[in-house]
Amino acid sequence: MSFAKRLMRKAKGWMLNRVHRMITCVEFENFILAYLDGELDARKKVIFELHLKVCHECRNYLEAYRRTVSLGKAVFESPHAPLPRNVPEDLVQAILRARSS
Amino acid sequence: MDLLADLELIAALRRGDDRAYELIVREHTPRMLTTARRLLNDEAEAQDSVQDAFLNAFRGIDRFEENAALGTWLHRIVINAALQKLRTRRRQAEESLDPLLPEFDENGCRLEPSWKFPQSVEQIVQQRHLCELVISKIQELPESYRAVLLLRDIEELDTREVADILDISTGAVKTRLHRARAALKKLLHPLWEEL
Repeated sequence: MSFAKRLMRKAKGWMLNRVHRMITCVEFENFILAYLDGELDARKKVIFELHLKVCHECRNYLEAYRRTVSLGKAVFESPHAPLPRNVPEDLVQAILRARSS
Repeated sequence: MDLLADLELIAALRRGDDRAYELIVREHTPRMLTTARRLLNDEAEAQDSVQDAFLNAFRGIDRFEENAALGTWLHRIVINAALQKLRTRRRQAEESLDPLLPEFDENGCRLEPSWKFPQSVEQIVQQRHLCELVISKIQELPESYRAVLLLRDIEELDTREVADILDISTGAVKTRLHRARAALKKLLHPLWEEL
């Protein structure tokens, strides 16, 4: 990492730790699930979103996190997913036989 | 199938009507098998789970609550049957998730490469090899995390239901879900391009 980048990171760390209503990326991380589930109260939501405004890394991270969640859901629904979709008739017959036996 | 139709089928089943039994099996097996396949990633075990689930369901038909949807009730039963199979698999020590979790510097700032997203989710799921990649990465997650991810994000159970099924606290469900998503995000890095 270049000297300028290290300096910027240090300044950002100072700001996140000391400025009123700022939180660190670690604290931001701990709020992500509650934020996405709509469970943060108004004050915490403002603080969370303020961090998003000032932290490029967390903005980018949250975008990747959201895409991961969407992708996980979408992939199982995709007709292109390599998942068996058939219901074998012999399974149905086995279930029907099992009840009568 | 609506609640009224469910109730008629249940009533017929309690009278020992074989036709009702077959209707229920044919109607609900596809979703139950899909769920079991996702959880177990093993066709034989998935089919066994569905069979076990139907047997358990019909043995316990008197416990069916008439204000519940039959599909929801069977869904829960097959999840339990599949999880039972997972538990009886030879227990292997779970690998730590730590290397896949986010990293921070000494000031609490995120240490993460910047990603760009050349393809949308919709574009990714149109491609078989990428679907394969995503599913294989989900399967790589340690079992206790994968189960929570699948139950919450894919099967869309709520936190309380997942906690009940897995017999863990709601706090533990939330922690595992967040970590599972974060780890999966890192495992899926081939889909994101570093800036």
